Amino acid sequence: MNMQDSYITVDGRTIGAPVMEMKNITLRFGGVVAIKDISFDIREGEIRAIIGPNGAGKSSMLNVINGFYHPQEGEVWFRGAKRKPMKPHQIAKQGLARTFQNIALFKGMSTLDNIMTGRLTHMKSNMVSQMAWWGKAQDEETANREVVEKIIDFLEIQTIRKTPVGRLPYGLQKRVELGRALAAEPKLLLLDEPMAGMNVEEKEDMSRFILDVNDEFGTTIALIEHDMGVVMDIADRVVVMDYGQKIGDGTPDEVRSNQAVIDAYLGVSHD
Amino acid sequence: MTDTHSAAALDTVPKLLARNASKYPNAAAYREKELGIWQSWTWAETAQEIENLALGFLDMGVNVGDHIAIVGSNRPHLYWSMVAAQSVGAVPVPLYKDAIAEEMAYVLEHCSARFVVAEDQEQVDKIIDVKDDLKTLKSIVYLDPRGMRKYDKSALFEYTDVQAKGATAKADLMPELQKRLDMQGADTTCVMLYTSGTTGRPKGVVLSNHNIIETGRTTSEFDSLTVNDSVLAYLPMAWVGDFIFSIGQAYSAAFCVACPESGDTMQHDLRELGPTYFFAPPRYFEGMLTTVQIRMEDAGKFKQWLFKYFMDHASVVGPKLLDGMSVGLMDKLKYHFGKVFITGPLKNTLGLSRVRVGYTAGEAIGPELFDFYRSLGINLKQLYGQTEASVFITQQPDGGVRADTVGVPSPGVELRIDDRGEVFYRSPGAFVEYYKNPKSTKETKDKEGWVATGDAGFIEKDSGQLRIIDRAKDVGKMNDGSMFAPKFVENKLKFFSNILEAVVFGDQRDECVAFINIDLTAVGNWAERNNIAYSSYQELAAHPQVYEMIQKNIEEVNASVAQDEMLSGCQVSRFLILHKELDADDGEMTRTQKVRRNIIGEKYEDLLNALYGGASEIFTETEVSYEDGRKGSISATLEIRDTAVQPRTKVAA
Repeated sequence: MNMQDSYITVDGRTIGAPVMEMKNITLRFGGVVAIKDISFDIREGEIRAIIGPNGAGKSSMLNVINGFYHPQEGEVWFRGAKRKPMKPHQIAKQGLARTFQNIALFKGMSTLDNIMTGRLTHMKSNMVSQMAWWGKAQDEETANREVVEKIIDFLEIQTIRKTPVGRLPYGLQKRVELGRALAAEPKLLLLDEPMAGMNVEEKEDMSRFILDVNDEFGTTIALIEHDMGVVMDIADRVVVMDYGQKIGDGTPDEVRSNQAVIDAYLGVSHD
Repeated sequence: MTDTHSAAALDTVPKLLARNASKYPNAAAYREKELGIWQSWTWAETAQEIENLALGFLDMGVNVGDHIAIVGSNRPHLYWSMVAAQSVGAVPVPLYKDAIAEEMAYVLEHCSARFVVAEDQEQVDKIIDVKDDLKTLKSIVYLDPRGMRKYDKSALFEYTDVQAKGATAKADLMPELQKRLDMQGADTTCVMLYTSGTTGRPKGVVLSNHNIIETGRTTSEFDSLTVNDSVLAYLPMAWVGDFIFSIGQAYSAAFCVACPESGDTMQHDLRELGPTYFFAPPRYFEGMLTTVQIRMEDAGKFKQWLFKYFMDHASVVGPKLLDGMSVGLMDKLKYHFGKVFITGPLKNTLGLSRVRVGYTAGEAIGPELFDFYRSLGINLKQLYGQTEASVFITQQPDGGVRADTVGVPSPGVELRIDDRGEVFYRSPGAFVEYYKNPKSTKETKDKEGWVATGDAGFIEKDSGQLRIIDRAKDVGKMNDGSMFAPKFVENKLKFFSNILEAVVFGDQRDECVAFINIDLTAVGNWAERNNIAYSSYQELAAHPQVYEMIQKNIEEVNASVAQDEMLSGCQVSRFLILHKELDADDGEMTRTQKVRRNIIGEKYEDLLNALYGGASEIFTETEVSYEDGRKGSISATLEIRDTAVQPRTKVAA
């Protein structure tokens, strides 16, 4: 990595060196090419959005980033080193956390317990002492609970601390899921359509939380989103995908004026 | 131990603080739930926190007589800000935290506030929005730094930094602080509170130390509040009641003020905390009762039977026991069984287990509601008051509690009713003046110190208790000359759990008509049980069966109104259910949730005309505004219904 690469300025905001680089990624499912030769990077402290019409390969891309899919071609570089194929929990240990497009919480468990599961990678005591709640496990639980309480305060969900998440409305469940991802104290946070199915007010709340997470904890965020308005407002840089290919990459303004992007979103006449 | 502070020396809030810190250094003064755990501060710690902040204020250049606005939810730090402001000779001006930016700008401009203590980014943003128009505003102190990392910090200071700076400069600034503390006395302004105002611009009510401390002291004695009591501070800090409970009485009796984790968790925190002294507006008690009823309807048969059996018994015996009357042994035994199975656990769930003194005020309270809480053994009483009186005008003594009256004059209060029926009072708590508004001051308070309440009422001969009919200016005449008292009818309507708000019109008209707001919780639950699908308030409100139900309610009220000789003309002959809930953001209600009849009448003039015009439905479009100032609109076709009216009693001409 050369020096002039380590810092760049986007819209007057300085963002850091790349934490994750995707180099010539191609992903195939049998004969179907989901992602075709895509390269881009995610830099320290930025909010990076991946957008594109339905079926463009966005979620596949996210699954490649978090190591769930293994691309047939290309390399994933994370924090300056090429990443070997890993199990999801190993990747979580490296500092990656994500939320899901279809909420994947434990419905019968309370908000507090759900967020607590996000601390799993930070727990070191063994199962027996955890069950006995004795010795190191006790201190550990207290420390982890404090982190979780800070997240609850941060996301303003004190009211639902003890409510089973299955009883919560959709928008709040999304917020709990964000809380669980934050509990892992990730270096890189992946959000899969954090605002899908939300009303305007919920979207605004969520946007504010995403910006606050980025600002307060300095967390690097990569997000997939359908809502163009939201993306343009909060992202520092945007990758645009269509039919598995990258058709644009740059600041929201650059992307907005990119003809290929306009065509993909508005369609072109073929006569 | 001799008390070194004589009563005469305790004439300011900071002096009371010093007394508490030396007399009860280790008693809890404040509690707040933070990160899920209750934190507490003793009186000694509180005194230290306030001293550091006061020194910090001096360091920032606060002058004697400056106004310091305080805005946010109930937090110990904001209460300390008020006392710290008093310590340096400034006047604290608490603001409503849900006020929109323009409302805030008006108050800040009117009192020429030089400093603002704001809770968080939300409040700071509002002030920054209007900052350019505020020439006197010097700096803002904020409590929660979240989200403000990148803000321009030239006129923005973090609360803890202000305290730290004050503590560092203690040696230099202490003499000045001491000088300012000594300079103050009973006549120094204690606080300035803006009344929400049912009409026109808010007015700044100036209350002196004498007003607050005298009221706090006498009323604490009235209910024998002590250092062992505690209260949950959850009502707006800008409201006079909160100031009296959380500062006036709390500093006088040295009891503990607890702040909830957030506004939404209040009910939960109440249960964990179990305060001994509790105030809530009738609306709150109504809400709690509705929740209990709804949950009982969803409960199993056996539980329902148990609930009914013991509650029926408690409703007979409970109030008697509370008033100290003798009750048969078997009845007593049965009541105590009920306490084990039903009323005890219920009280605990409601967070009222330890309540020794509970007050409600602001609106009339339904007799059923009142009986429910009293049968649980909760000493719920009513008081009557206003900002200008430092709250207390009348209150009900133990053993003299009734649903339809508001009590006997509070200690030191004199009452007078003029020939038009308006209530006047003279009391130690009567305000000094309206800030920068001698005209209004003169209209409200005469040379001898009698203050007009603006309410019409009379004193009952038997009990000596005051009974309020309505706002004096709202009491009108109908075309046939009979008396029109809208609130009297509205309150009766609101006693039905289905009806959240009612607005009755009829002044200078032949008959009365009403706008209704349904209670979404109660009616929603009813709809669920009856398989009625709805997607919004508007849809449910327009449902024919809902109309049917409301019509029945109104007809019942009409029958009861017809019984009253003076007010039988006020029966509602036509009504409609509004397509939106009345909201303070749209100016339809005050921030204290009272309907503004005239504004509603003007805004929905089309609906009113239709009600009087005989139409059976009307199309309407209404503008709504959101808290951040954006606008939207709702349109609907509303049904109008006629209701049966009982024959009127002859009006004595």
